[in-house]
Amino acid sequence: MEESKAAVQLRNITKSFGTVLANDRVWLDIYRGEILALLGENGSGKTTLMNMLSGIYFPDEGQIYVDGKEVVIRSPKDAFDLGIGMIHQHFKLVDVFTAAENIVLGLRGHGKLDLKAVGRKVKEICDTYGFEVDPQQKVYDMSVSQKQQVEIVKVLYRGADILILDEPTAVLTPQETDKLFAVLRNMRDSGKAIVIITHKMHEVEELSDRVAILRHGQFMGDMLTKDTNAQDMTNMMVGHSVTLNINRPEPEDPKPRIEVKGLTVRSIDGILKLEDVSFVARSGEILGIAGISGSGQKELLESIAGLQTVEKGSISYIGDDGSREELVGKDPLAIADLGVSLSFVPEDRLGMGLVGSMDLTDNMALRSYRRGKGPFLDRSFPRHRAEWVVSELAVSTPGVATQVRKLSGGNVQKILVGREIASAPKVLLTAYAVRGLDIGASYTIYDMINLQKEKGVAVIYVGEDLDVLLELSDRILVLCGGKVSGIVDGRSTNKREVGMMMTRLGGGTSE
Amino acid sequence: MNGSGHTPLFHISKRSALPWYLSWAIRLAAIVLALIVCALVTTLLTGVSPLGVYATIIQGSFGTVRKFWVLLQELAILLCVSLAVTPAFKMRFWNIGGEGQVLIGGLATAACMFYFGDKMPNALLILVMIVASIVAAAIWAAIPAFFKAKWNTNETLFTLMMNYVAIQLVSYFCNVWDRKGSGIVGIINPRTQAGWFPVIAGKEYLLNVLIVAVLTVAVYTYLRYTKHGYELSVVGESERTARYVGIKVEKVILRTMILSGALCGVAGLLLVGGTDHTISTTTAGGRGFTAVMVSWLAKFNPIFMVLTSFLLAFLSRGSSQIAQNFGLNHSFGDILTGIILFFIIGSEFFINYRISFRSAGEKEGSSHA
Repeated sequence: MEESKAAVQLRNITKSFGTVLANDRVWLDIYRGEILALLGENGSGKTTLMNMLSGIYFPDEGQIYVDGKEVVIRSPKDAFDLGIGMIHQHFKLVDVFTAAENIVLGLRGHGKLDLKAVGRKVKEICDTYGFEVDPQQKVYDMSVSQKQQVEIVKVLYRGADILILDEPTAVLTPQETDKLFAVLRNMRDSGKAIVIITHKMHEVEELSDRVAILRHGQFMGDMLTKDTNAQDMTNMMVGHSVTLNINRPEPEDPKPRIEVKGLTVRSIDGILKLEDVSFVARSGEILGIAGISGSGQKELLESIAGLQTVEKGSISYIGDDGSREELVGKDPLAIADLGVSLSFVPEDRLGMGLVGSMDLTDNMALRSYRRGKGPFLDRSFPRHRAEWVVSELAVSTPGVATQVRKLSGGNVQKILVGREIASAPKVLLTAYAVRGLDIGASYTIYDMINLQKEKGVAVIYVGEDLDVLLELSDRILVLCGGKVSGIVDGRSTNKREVGMMMTRLGGGTSE
Repeated sequence: MNGSGHTPLFHISKRSALPWYLSWAIRLAAIVLALIVCALVTTLLTGVSPLGVYATIIQGSFGTVRKFWVLLQELAILLCVSLAVTPAFKMRFWNIGGEGQVLIGGLATAACMFYFGDKMPNALLILVMIVASIVAAAIWAAIPAFFKAKWNTNETLFTLMMNYVAIQLVSYFCNVWDRKGSGIVGIINPRTQAGWFPVIAGKEYLLNVLIVAVLTVAVYTYLRYTKHGYELSVVGESERTARYVGIKVEKVILRTMILSGALCGVAGLLLVGGTDHTISTTTAGGRGFTAVMVSWLAKFNPIFMVLTSFLLAFLSRGSSQIAQNFGLNHSFGDILTGIILFFIIGSEFFINYRISFRSAGEKEGSSHA
């Protein structure tokens, strides 16, 4: 063991939340000049472990050594003092401040605040590692990737040389991801210790030098990335072997089901969210929707589901017998009353799709509580449905009387998707159906979606992982700034083409 | 293994759900501790023996049959107002206008008694009083609900302000109805007793108690087992979820507040028609605010609210008794009530969290505040 060289040593770290053991006697070494990928399924304790290193949680047991000396990290400030900085999934920036102001926010300075000097130092950091941050730019003017860079610079500015990034690529386009990786490599080469938390296998392979794997809160081992492969890592992570292929059956007898024509939507503030969007979604087919986050995906799905005020355009539902129903101007109840069975798996699971503080039965009742005459609620139907979803989708829960928010992300999503498909829909809308889910759960969801497709459901799948979109979708509609940048065939297109269309209408010619 | 000196003195972590007997044990321990602290405060401030004070508090509620009935009556009215605000609270609509809604209900009752007292048979009069009080208070509650549903105004401020309007309205009518010019309405219809609720089984307050008992079961059932109750808890948990499944949020807000107001109207009716037979600006007696506490302490469960309203009514009766027996200021009783409530509310922290100390790291923290 090269114990003396390790920047951080975690020994026997244990942390529990109630009865849940999030970390169970974890050992981990982090070295300088190396990128470590911390790999694990959801709920395996990756983020918890790193939160203890960055001072957000305090371990129940165990020791942390930095440069061979035992330390106590009680708060994020303690962590900074030790040179440990973490970039969280959700950025913590003040929108109306400039990059420089955000960077120095909370730092105790001496005398007058000299933003010019801050700007110079920020520039210096940017030049060293290849960031593109303008210290004068306001945060609300920035793209997601720029905000992330500000977060990283902020941590570097405070002198961190041990950096932890929690799923940094979840919000980035492929091009932005490449840029981020280049920056991370530069930082590694200058001797910093980098940890990225991820569950995306190709990122581990592409970026990391070493990989450490957690499963159910336990440390399964670490190894040099070059000595392992995706299949082995997945098996270690999941505990049994998983096939890494997404099925894509040929669509059977596709017929137009949803026809969108000239759809234009504005937000409450009057900002154009969708402009003249037209397409057809067909039965027995998965239509993937790609685009940088915030390109109008949410508004598109919510318009179809009757949750969005539409400025112009039409959305028609075409029945099996060719009859047409106009959906614009109707709320979800009115749409259901037309006999249009439309299911919607929204992006915000616990804020929109489910009620966290209610149990499984009552969450199933959200869709069915109106059943039956009389003022009383029938709980036996939703309870049976909850039991069906639990057994059919292998949801791990103590029972159907458990509050949904107590379940892990993957199980929450299974409940939501399970409820939405249980009503045998004709149209299934899904937004980021696998966001934050681990490999095992993601593949379960892909299988469920494919099963719906085979049953003749028209599936509209909004996704962020292009690799998955390309493997799953029959056709891909690419959105760019609220407009349709193009609709391409899922079998013949490639990641590069779609990536270009995401950033420029029609993809342009970049050569 | 455990590096003392390196770990903080204690740290706080969330508990998983405690079994019910443990959480009740913690609550009980909190009450015992509260009583000890109260005893210390009593002796130090007044020199009176704390045991004597406690005996007096108990005496205040259970000393005589009459006192016991007064306690039951207080409990019933407080519980009624608490039941009224609970559906709104479950919907996260912070109705702190219970006070005003009760007053308006009482005012409508008194108006019926005053104007129709001799003009119709008593049974019909009581029926008119019931309808008038419920309708008036429901309308009073629907006004802020309408503004909330339509323009998302702040319901806390709105309902609070409506209280003052209600108080001034009552004050105005008191002056109109009072013939002597003192601004105080005496007992209405003292000779004919028109509009007075009947005394059943010779017990003056029995009818009130029975009505509130029925309401308790009804509200519990409404919240727990009906579609309306389900809808309002979905709206309370997340408006976006409610819209997502096609619940008309505006309609639910309005409907629930009308119910809330109607129940407050019943409380006003019971106070004026069944107990006081008069009206004044203090008829509601702050119950609209105390009800907020009753409802929260019981976590919006109508059955638990019987316990919490008993506790508050009991303490309030006890305070008056202390003031009377020991010649103490009435505020002293309020101090004791405050201490007891502090401990009870504080005990919830120990039910939800545990404190691990440095040395004996793994055992649960004890339950003293």
